[in-house]
Amino acid sequence: MKAGVVLFPGTNRERDIAIALQAVSGRRPRMVWHGDTDLAGLDLVVLPGGFSHGDYLRCGAMAARSPVMGAVREFAAAGGHVLGVCNGFQILTEAGLLPGALLRNASLRFLSQDCHLRVERADTAFTRAYRPGQVFRAPMAHGDGNYFADPATLDRLEGEGLVALRYASPDGALAPEANLNGSARSIAGILSPNLRVMGLMPHPEDLVDPLMGGTDGLPLFAGMAEALAA
Amino acid sequence: MNAPGLKAIVTVMLKPGVLDPQGKAIGHALQTLGFEGVGEVRAGKVIELELSEHDPAQARAVAEDMARRLLANTVIEGFHVEIAS
Repeated sequence: MKAGVVLFPGTNRERDIAIALQAVSGRRPRMVWHGDTDLAGLDLVVLPGGFSHGDYLRCGAMAARSPVMGAVREFAAAGGHVLGVCNGFQILTEAGLLPGALLRNASLRFLSQDCHLRVERADTAFTRAYRPGQVFRAPMAHGDGNYFADPATLDRLEGEGLVALRYASPDGALAPEANLNGSARSIAGILSPNLRVMGLMPHPEDLVDPLMGGTDGLPLFAGMAEALAA
Repeated sequence: MNAPGLKAIVTVMLKPGVLDPQGKAIGHALQTLGFEGVGEVRAGKVIELELSEHDPAQARAVAEDMARRLLANTVIEGFHVEIAS
């Protein structure tokens, strides 16, 4: 798997993503600066977390209009796999590569704690190493993770099976108290219609080694490495 | 730098129906200060743009294009453009 990790000014989770990608593929990912447009030879592009451009205007708004995103759009249109984590998810929605938007957390609080994610479908490159319905723990760290889309879009996402992950209790139940940021229909991660673009707010890359406190996030990266082995 | 032209004032607000926790928090704080009779509070952004355009219709068209493409996220926000000299 040849992976690229896009760096914007204010990105701060690129090393975490790189560690996770290298752990499963043995290859160091290529770092791609936001002004570059060359994604040739890559199987996967990751937009990592952080606070690109200081979250000015809206989270991800400036990053979504940077030169690299034109290349990411072409890469996705050609069938490339794109993963957006946290700020990366916000950037994907701002760029129109995934529908909806991430609003301020309903509590108005920045959430820095673990959450539990239920796998809604396990037949994608991102989720194939989990079982359907499996629950895994993931750290979250965001102020704007409250997923919003109009009811028609939410119905379409659910109807077409494009909800990848939902916030749930450790036993897999959906409940308001498990949906910490107030996301519509407990949505934590969504997919593009071709299942090759995924965005999620939590950080599976920060639980990929026992030294980090667990390996709950490792299957996400291991699955991608399997699916995109070249 | 072109001679100064018209100014566009772009107001960006969350669409009705989109939860505005910031507005809610402001409303609660106003109540705490003893202001009675405050209904729903909505918070938005005002962006002032100095344009090189001198024609109001042109200035409006440019500002609206900017609003659609960057200043507002039309999934969640609506906008209003006012042209001033």
